[in-house]
Amino acid sequence: MFEAIAFYLFAFLTIAMFFIAVTTSQALYALTALAAGMIFISAFFFILDADFLGAIQIVVYSGAVMALYAFGMMFFDTTREVKEKRGNALIISGLSILSAVLVVLIVAAPMVATNITASYPVNPALGNTQDVGMILFTKYLVPFEVAAVMLLVAMIAGIVLAGKKMDLSLTLMTEAEIIDMKKDQNKKVLS
Amino acid sequence: MEIGLNHYLVLSTILFAIGLVGVMRRKNLLMLFFATEILLNAVNIAFAAISHYYGDLTGQMFAFFVIAIAASEVAVGLGLLIVWHKRHNNIDLDQMSTMRG
Amino acid sequence: MELLLYVALFSPLVGSLFASLFGASKKNIIAGIVPSLLLFTSLVASSILLAFVLSTGQHVKVEMMTWMATGDLYIPFGFLVDQVSVTMMMVVTIVSTIVHVYSIGYMDHDKSFNRFFAWLSAFVFSMMVLVMSDNFAGLFIGWEGVGLCSWALIGFWYHKESATWAANEAFIMNRIADLGMLIGIFLVYWNTGALQYAEAFAAMPGLEHATLVWMGIFLFIGAMGKSAQFPLHTWLADAMEGPTPVSALIHAATMVTAGVYLVVRANPLYDLIPSVGIFIASLGAFVALFAASMALVNRDMKRIIAYSTLSQLGYMFVAAGLGAYWVALFHLMAHAFFKALLFLGAGNVMHAMHDELDPFKMGGLKKVMKGTFIMMTLASVALAGIFPFAGFFSKDLILEVGFVEHHYIIYSVLLFTAGLTAFYSFRLVALIFHGEERYKIFGVHPHEAYKFMLIAMSPLLLLAVTAGALKMTYFEMVTAVLPATEYHVHSAATYWIMTIGTQLFVIAAIAFAYKKYANSSVKVPDGTSAIENRLCYKVLWNQYYIPYFYEEYFVKPYRELSSVFWRYVDMKVVDATVDGIANILYTTGEKTRVMQNGNLSTMLRWMVVGLVVLLSLAVVFGLAVRHSDEISLFLSGLGVK
Repeated sequence: MFEAIAFYLFAFLTIAMFFIAVTTSQALYALTALAAGMIFISAFFFILDADFLGAIQIVVYSGAVMALYAFGMMFFDTTREVKEKRGNALIISGLSILSAVLVVLIVAAPMVATNITASYPVNPALGNTQDVGMILFTKYLVPFEVAAVMLLVAMIAGIVLAGKKMDLSLTLMTEAEIIDMKKDQNKKVLS
Repeated sequence: MEIGLNHYLVLSTILFAIGLVGVMRRKNLLMLFFATEILLNAVNIAFAAISHYYGDLTGQMFAFFVIAIAASEVAVGLGLLIVWHKRHNNIDLDQMSTMRG
Repeated sequence: MELLLYVALFSPLVGSLFASLFGASKKNIIAGIVPSLLLFTSLVASSILLAFVLSTGQHVKVEMMTWMATGDLYIPFGFLVDQVSVTMMMVVTIVSTIVHVYSIGYMDHDKSFNRFFAWLSAFVFSMMVLVMSDNFAGLFIGWEGVGLCSWALIGFWYHKESATWAANEAFIMNRIADLGMLIGIFLVYWNTGALQYAEAFAAMPGLEHATLVWMGIFLFIGAMGKSAQFPLHTWLADAMEGPTPVSALIHAATMVTAGVYLVVRANPLYDLIPSVGIFIASLGAFVALFAASMALVNRDMKRIIAYSTLSQLGYMFVAAGLGAYWVALFHLMAHAFFKALLFLGAGNVMHAMHDELDPFKMGGLKKVMKGTFIMMTLASVALAGIFPFAGFFSKDLILEVGFVEHHYIIYSVLLFTAGLTAFYSFRLVALIFHGEERYKIFGVHPHEAYKFMLIAMSPLLLLAVTAGALKMTYFEMVTAVLPATEYHVHSAATYWIMTIGTQLFVIAAIAFAYKKYANSSVKVPDGTSAIENRLCYKVLWNQYYIPYFYEEYFVKPYRELSSVFWRYVDMKVVDATVDGIANILYTTGEKTRVMQNGNLSTMLRWMVVGLVVLLSLAVVFGLAVRHSDEISLFLSGLGVK
């Protein structure tokens, strides 16, 4: 009973937050709604006895990713109203729902149809975090290392990409300076 | 009332659909990134739920790696976004038409 | 011996390829000499083969390579030199060597000199393939090859409308006949399971009579086209548009006799179906008379000779149809010699008269063209069949065959035709060489041909005169493979009466021709004289209105039909379909171009569409795999395997 109440509550909240995130025209609203949604999702993980995953979710998404977005948004003019396309809403939502249903169908169908046996069963004797650690550092060691390298690469790439000409800021420059800079750039391109 | 796997799968479907709507209707690149995060999270819920109901940790492992990928994506994507913004002073998807044939 | 066979077969091909190297360049005398020499080599090789076959009585048989081997069908490139084919080889190589040498002089001023030799040698090669092949497929290749070369050579002066028309006419007429021939070959293969002569003929006696009749008829249709028998005869006269050496080689001596060769080759088949043989003989007799009658009034030197050829081909078919295959072959050989001679002589005259073809505009040429005069007169004598020339032996033999086989109607038709033959031959000779020098009013200054051309012709003259003496040798040789039936009139008195009667009749015809045309009162006809307005003259002059009939009832309706098809079927259906496909592609392109407008959000949307499609496919195939048993059961219920 308690589980059901929690599920429906968080489901409602998550859907609402994400709905706001994709529909609002204010970037800050969207960011905040997204962060809230992420935290609500971690609640599901706790309900599902995936404590470690829940913690990760909060740390990575609400902590790192959202912070990253927040910093990123400082570069952009967030006060500007976000203009959206007036696409055919029916087509968009139709396509979305259809593909979502298909994805879930494909993922769920084999499990519903056949009795799969767990290849890495949960060990009730250990806590979730310990359990995850055991599996992650034995069976999934190589993917884990690869993921680590990938994160490193992503970090370096992020620094290199964003760090170029950090001293320049279009928002702080006057129009004339911007035009001059663009001319310079064009010259470089042309010469 | 027992909450089963199907409940989670339906929830996952709904969130995935919301994410796709975002991907398709957003014009601001930053918002597009938000939508992709929603997509990834929707799938994560499904993974965790399946993991729970079948007593198999593989689902959690997958969710774990998905989170790692999402983090990398944000790092690289934001870097590119900043470069783009510096060069063109906007992050409007419709303005990125250099691939026009 | 096998090497000699290859030499005989392939030297013309080498010559042709050599001459074609110079095809696009200016006249090069080498391009004429080398093919001639190579042909002479071929002639020598053929002669050695002849001597071999004659002395040992053996056949030379080679299988060069496998051509087709699929399933039960096995067709090798096999070649066979036996008594029959060696005769043909000799005829072909002798005449073609002479014609080649002659052409060096005749085509002297032609700017397509090299091309001419390339085609002429190619023709000889095709003809050799035709006669030497040991199976129907090889025969057919040669058959089509000579058709092609004939087409190219008739239309040699392709800038002339009439030449291209004649070339196409010949080609199309031959196509019609070749269809029959192909069906015949298919029938042979279908029923006997083999295309090799030996195997096919060995299997034939066991077949049903009706099948054999159809085989014989269809093969004969092919022969009719190549040998220009009625009703496919019109192309031969029109083929005279080609250069005269071509007429001599292709349309007198070799290609047109291929039909006779086919019938002779297929003698085991025709022996089994005498009724078809009678038909062939009757048609031959009819054509003999029919063509001779047209030659009576024609005013085109080459056409007269062409009709004469047609008429003689009729004789050959009579002999072949009546089962006297060796007689047909003998007449074929003798005829090749004197008819080629006649044509080459006519070529000399044409040259002298600057391509004038109307003998009425000549006359009295014997003073300036002594050599040609002698040759053409002797050739005409041989054609008329006067003792002791070649024509006497071969043609009288055919008459005897008709008589001995009790086909008196055929006999009398042929006898009458012999008179006509003599008449029109000497009408031509008289008009060209005797009488007033009518050419003077046209301001022509005739001159004799080159000496080497005359020398080149002389072997033909020799053969035309003496070939008759070889009759018995020939009989003994060729009857090793052909039915050996000697045709003797039983009572000596009848024989002598017949022979002398025929001779007298022919001589009378010659005398009449001389009397009528060799005097000084012959004028260039202008369409006013009484005889020209007579009905029978007009009928003959217009070739029995057959070309007119073809034009009116085949060509014109066909053209109408083609026009209808062009306008309604081609334009409205075929073109519309093609255009429609193109239009669909264009419109699809125009419509789908917006997909590629470079807008990233549009692309994203399409990406999602693609995702949906792929996912749906995944679901469908997943279900299909899962339920494959039920699906196959369902499909089998629907009759799908």
